[in-house]
Amino acid sequence: MSEASPAKAYALHLGVIALLFVLSFLLPEYYHGLLARIMVLAVFAMGYNMLFGYVGLLSLGHAMLFAAGLYGAGLAVIQLGWSVPLAFLGGIACGAVLALVIGLLALRTTGVAFMIVTMMFAQVFYLLILYFAAWTGGDQGMVVPQPARVLSFGTTSLELTNPTVRYLTALGLFSIVLLVKLAMVRSRYGRVLVAIRENEERTKMLGYDTFSNKLAAVVISGTICAASGAAYALLFGYVGSSFASVQYSILPLLWVLLGGAATTLGPLIGTLFMYYVIDITSGYTSAYLLIVGIALILLVLFFPKGILGSIRQRWLGWLP
Amino acid sequence: MHFGPHLLLAALEGLVTSAVLALTALGLSLVFGVMRVVNVAHGEFFMLGAVLAWAITTAIGGHPALGFLAALVIAPLIVGAIALVAERLVLRRLNYNPEATIVATIGMLYIIQQLALTFYGPEARPVEPPFSYRILLPWFGYSGYKLSVIATSALLLIATWLVLTHTRIGLVMRATQYDSETAQAFGIPVGRVYGGVFALGAMLAAIAAVLIVPISQAHYLMGQDPLLLSFIVVIIGGLGSLRGTVVAAVLIGLSDGIISMFFSPTLAKIIATLLVAMVLVFRPQGLFGTASR
Amino acid sequence: MMPLLTTKGLSRNFGGLRAIDNVDFALMPGEIRAVIGPNGAGKTTFVSLVSGRIQPSAGMIVFDGADITNLPAYVRVRRGIAYTFQLTSVYANLSVYANVALPAQLTLRHGSHSKSAIQAAVMSALERTGLADRAHMPAGQLSYGHQRLLEVAMGLALKPRLLILDEPTQGLADSEIDNFITLAREIAKNATVLLIEHNMPVVMQLADRITVFNAGKILAEGTPEAIRGNVAVQEAYLGTAP
Repeated sequence: MSEASPAKAYALHLGVIALLFVLSFLLPEYYHGLLARIMVLAVFAMGYNMLFGYVGLLSLGHAMLFAAGLYGAGLAVIQLGWSVPLAFLGGIACGAVLALVIGLLALRTTGVAFMIVTMMFAQVFYLLILYFAAWTGGDQGMVVPQPARVLSFGTTSLELTNPTVRYLTALGLFSIVLLVKLAMVRSRYGRVLVAIRENEERTKMLGYDTFSNKLAAVVISGTICAASGAAYALLFGYVGSSFASVQYSILPLLWVLLGGAATTLGPLIGTLFMYYVIDITSGYTSAYLLIVGIALILLVLFFPKGILGSIRQRWLGWLP
Repeated sequence: MHFGPHLLLAALEGLVTSAVLALTALGLSLVFGVMRVVNVAHGEFFMLGAVLAWAITTAIGGHPALGFLAALVIAPLIVGAIALVAERLVLRRLNYNPEATIVATIGMLYIIQQLALTFYGPEARPVEPPFSYRILLPWFGYSGYKLSVIATSALLLIATWLVLTHTRIGLVMRATQYDSETAQAFGIPVGRVYGGVFALGAMLAAIAAVLIVPISQAHYLMGQDPLLLSFIVVIIGGLGSLRGTVVAAVLIGLSDGIISMFFSPTLAKIIATLLVAMVLVFRPQGLFGTASR
Repeated sequence: MMPLLTTKGLSRNFGGLRAIDNVDFALMPGEIRAVIGPNGAGKTTFVSLVSGRIQPSAGMIVFDGADITNLPAYVRVRRGIAYTFQLTSVYANLSVYANVALPAQLTLRHGSHSKSAIQAAVMSALERTGLADRAHMPAGQLSYGHQRLLEVAMGLALKPRLLILDEPTQGLADSEIDNFITLAREIAKNATVLLIEHNMPVVMQLADRITVFNAGKILAEGTPEAIRGNVAVQEAYLGTAP
């Protein structure tokens, strides 16, 4: 919350982006692909963090916003034959509209009721995907055909199936969202959101329409999550109902808790760390849900501020 | 079969669902009412009850009634003990913060589910009913065991109600529910009440599971539907209200049985979940409940 | 001169209890008005109705010639009614600066949007309340008295036309109370002040007029001298004061 050192913060974030760029040329193939996936999912986590970290609204239904982007973009390509950029925008629009509707309803509740309502709406969304299996592929999901996953600019075209193109596209999306979020956190709007988190009643009495501000945050969060979902469909070519299941509402919560709620880089660290833990433990056990479960409990018990949150508290007060 | 008998069959099946659901939801409702926390792992306690029932009946062998009765006593006790340990180790340290508790119980859900998969396996396994008497109605025969499930559940619900309204334990629980700080000031060991209530809630779910296992099989993912349905019942019935819980369970169980006979189960679930979410948004005190406090 | 604030037949029931019962009240621009009365007389309920934190059961509130009865609280704040909380509710985890920047950036939303304009407004409010040298401390680490002053600074940064202070001197040391009286007089140069206060010396020094509440109704109203000599008030309130 410090007012000082914007230069330091921007330098750190640009440094992280530069590091990820350099890694593209250094990493072996397996980790290269994994990191591309992690960056896309970190965008999902950043969207979640927007609401959970900054506004203090704990949603258990964000899988539906990710899936809205995933299916919006995927169906646009597969069923309607849209081009990649149009499908991407279409997916984002689906998420934004869904978030608006869900926000208008769910924000009438608070606390535990908000968590349950969002979970139920997400469940309805998930069941709808299964119910309309004729279009969505049901629980089998759909594969976005390789020839459709091409970005064309006049005569040149980029194939999103190419690992380097895929990595750099993911990095591009990640960087944009990261920098936008950094600017937003430091803006007046970011300050209002934090004020709502800290004390909503007081914020109302300072002249702020807290409902509209929260609704805007839900829509921004939904838009970012849908962008992640749309990118996932187009870059990795798979659209599946498991991404709409409860588990994918829990995972961003876990990533954000682990990395540090209300930190700009926490979502990336949390996603990266969780994938890393699962990667090294997969040699010993396939029980990856066990690790997720234990991690959730240990985090809320002993480490509620997450990795970056604790670092900020102890050493680096300026960390955004 | 004609429409009338068809409907009667659907209603009977619905009542069996209601009976089991009322017990499960009552556990969730008690925990919410007294402790003000939502236990997302409640469905996994249900599943544990069923899996343990299979393990116990298999280990004992002999006449099915013997194993079943043993399971009906032992499985809830084991589940209650597990819940008590989880409450002491996790929820108490979180100070029963509502949001942290939800996250922690989600963690428990994953742990229990994964352990069940590892040690019990992915198969669905049946448990033999304690008796296989069929009651012959003019149009069809009906399982006597299913009817006994309805009766057992009703007895347990009445017993719970009596304990809550007529005993010192019930008084202590209600006092804690009404105002835990004042209760503490009057010397009620609120921490122990919380532990007991959490264990009791889990045990109710486990009993419900043992009762249903001879009808539907034990499976490591079987906790998901009861959790969702219990949520629905508790929300419709009004959070923390025993009478509302029972009424809502009968309503949901019956309509679930009848609707799923005529509609696709997925569509039924979609409509039910959406309706309940709307109830929570527009009438958070439930359809039957009055605003608590 | 037209009153800045009037209420007509204002009532509020809590269950069967009439916390505010048919109150007609008028406040002239520029005055410092103290609201006093025994505990439970309805003082806080009354200002909560004016600020919009709770809705009236009946009656009407007019601010600056416009009916604001049905406006939500945040709109009333934007129209110039600022409320400082009885129990301190500053943002404990945010810096003192950020606490005041929130109201300041709202007030400046139509004017200059620059960071420096906000900074100037924040520092001005902090200097008036004597908190400027603590701007970068977390608000939660301030002493109780300073947190109360921060509440006032947040109210000031809203540049209100009507500033409602709910027991601002509660828990303050004597020296802090003297400073507060000076501050309140200075605030009153640009704003109308509605003050709920238990500390009678503060009331007598500051108030232009005093309104006495009892059992949800206005028992008496007048200058400090008139109230001091009012027998009914003495019976209801002053007589029971220690």
